[in-house]
Amino acid sequence: MIQGLLPDLAVVRKDFPILERTLAGGVPLVYLDSANTSQKPQVVIDAMVDHLERHNANIARAMHQLGAESTAAFEEARDKVAAFIGAPSRDEVIFTKNASEALNLVANVLTWAEGSLRPGPGDRVVITEMEHHSNIVPWQLLTQRTGAELAWFGLTDEGHLDLSRVDELIDERTKVVAFTWVSNMLGTINPVAELTRRAHEIGAIVVVDASQAAPQLPIDLAAMPEAERPDVVVFTGHKVVGPTGIGVLWGRGDLLSQLPPFLGGGEMIETVRMERSTYAGIPHRFEAGTPPIVEAVGLGAAVEYLAAVGLEDIRRHEHAITEYALEGLASVPGLHVIGPKVAEERGGAISFELDGVHPHDIAQVLDSRGVAVRAGHHCAKPAHARFGVQSSTRMSSYLYTTPAEIDALIDALNYTRSYFKVG
Amino acid sequence: MSDLDSLYQDVILDHAKRKLNAGLREPFEAEVHHVNPTCGDEVTLRVHLDGEGPDATVADISYDALGCSISTSAASVMTDLLIGRTLSEADTVVQEFLAMMRGKGQYEPDEDVLEDAVAFQGTARLSARVKCALLSWMAYQDAVTRAQEDS
Repeated sequence: MIQGLLPDLAVVRKDFPILERTLAGGVPLVYLDSANTSQKPQVVIDAMVDHLERHNANIARAMHQLGAESTAAFEEARDKVAAFIGAPSRDEVIFTKNASEALNLVANVLTWAEGSLRPGPGDRVVITEMEHHSNIVPWQLLTQRTGAELAWFGLTDEGHLDLSRVDELIDERTKVVAFTWVSNMLGTINPVAELTRRAHEIGAIVVVDASQAAPQLPIDLAAMPEAERPDVVVFTGHKVVGPTGIGVLWGRGDLLSQLPPFLGGGEMIETVRMERSTYAGIPHRFEAGTPPIVEAVGLGAAVEYLAAVGLEDIRRHEHAITEYALEGLASVPGLHVIGPKVAEERGGAISFELDGVHPHDIAQVLDSRGVAVRAGHHCAKPAHARFGVQSSTRMSSYLYTTPAEIDALIDALNYTRSYFKVG
Repeated sequence: MSDLDSLYQDVILDHAKRKLNAGLREPFEAEVHHVNPTCGDEVTLRVHLDGEGPDATVADISYDALGCSISTSAASVMTDLLIGRTLSEADTVVQEFLAMMRGKGQYEPDEDVLEDAVAFQGTARLSARVKCALLSWMAYQDAVTRAQEDS
């Protein structure tokens, strides 16, 4: 028996209707692509259907009962998300389209900011080589537009951030430090508290991409010492068993209040005259237009579901499955894991290479056996280039993953080797 | 034949291993670099034409392909089919290949025209892999256009 699995794993699996389905040829689904998007429990699906069937109306402007119900549901979702990440204030939770939009929002409003918040020539923005493209490109755009310098942490051969140059990278010129909490390709868990403390010592703003962390690590922002608490944390709804179309930006209230609006439009204003407008306070200041209402309702149900299962228990489960998967993968001849080889140092996404077979061909053979993984560059081309590979295959587990599914993956990988006659 | 076997036909796996005409060679009139942004597959491809107009001969196609067995074997099969033909003969082959790849497995390809390339009929049925097979063929078309512009 493997220690640390969710005690009610069989019950949890029943919450996710898609896990019951079979694929072409009647093979059962083995879903190992949760870092790409997670599956949805019935309670999320039901919450969204119920909202559409019974409470649908636009929010914050409809003076009727449905409008009041819809507004309440949307704002309740904000409360639930705030509780999920331990936000010091619920008004610091901004709903966006996804994590990419949240990161672009921050980078854009910093570009448009006046005074010392705006990075300019002589200033520096620091990112890392293990970022998802969505935490690279917005900062490239910012530095190209402002004349600031873009610099980055490199990676060690083991797949950790190379912190040997931290004093060079984070100095008084550094305005922004943006990095991922958990790498979507290497799985590495980064030292958020340590890096944030360093950045705060010189007054830099810290932006953390928690897209892979929020699903599997307990996050309690209010419990973090202020010196170690990032200024902005973003994640996306669909990786935390919620729907697509909604992301979350949490930002320190006094920082957000100093930043200019992102999109202009309805709901983000205080008053509008033909010449100029004044803007609403947070969170509405950054939520122009009709927001993703039913998606917010779904996300609220999703984070409530995860909290009910327990993030500590989910973390333990992911750890147990990751450890079991690392052992299994090590048994496949010619297979090399990219990133930390120890479960303690990583999350549940494991990228690997298999000698003699291209990742697409691996994924295709795995798919014929019902095993769904991702193959390609996982939107992390620089991280792949760092390890001298063009693409990789990635398995990623979640709270519903069973050891039997890992066994199915390992069997399918051995079958792939024999199919392509390698070794 | 299973879907998997119809995708990975022996012809395709052989070409993926042997990669006919692989490597970048001189002389050439145009070099192009094409990428499949969704997966990262890449090909650098050169063409060398002998003569002018539609009767020019495709004297050489050399390439460096990084990618899955479908994309690399498609490059190999293509060079084997097109080198030595006139541009207009080559275009007939290219058009037939494109028609098959866009036919979702419903198009009946002319085997006399496509020869080994009919093996990609199984790929045409899998929309996610069609772009793999087309990468080098699109690169060839682009390279020929550029070579003619420059001449």
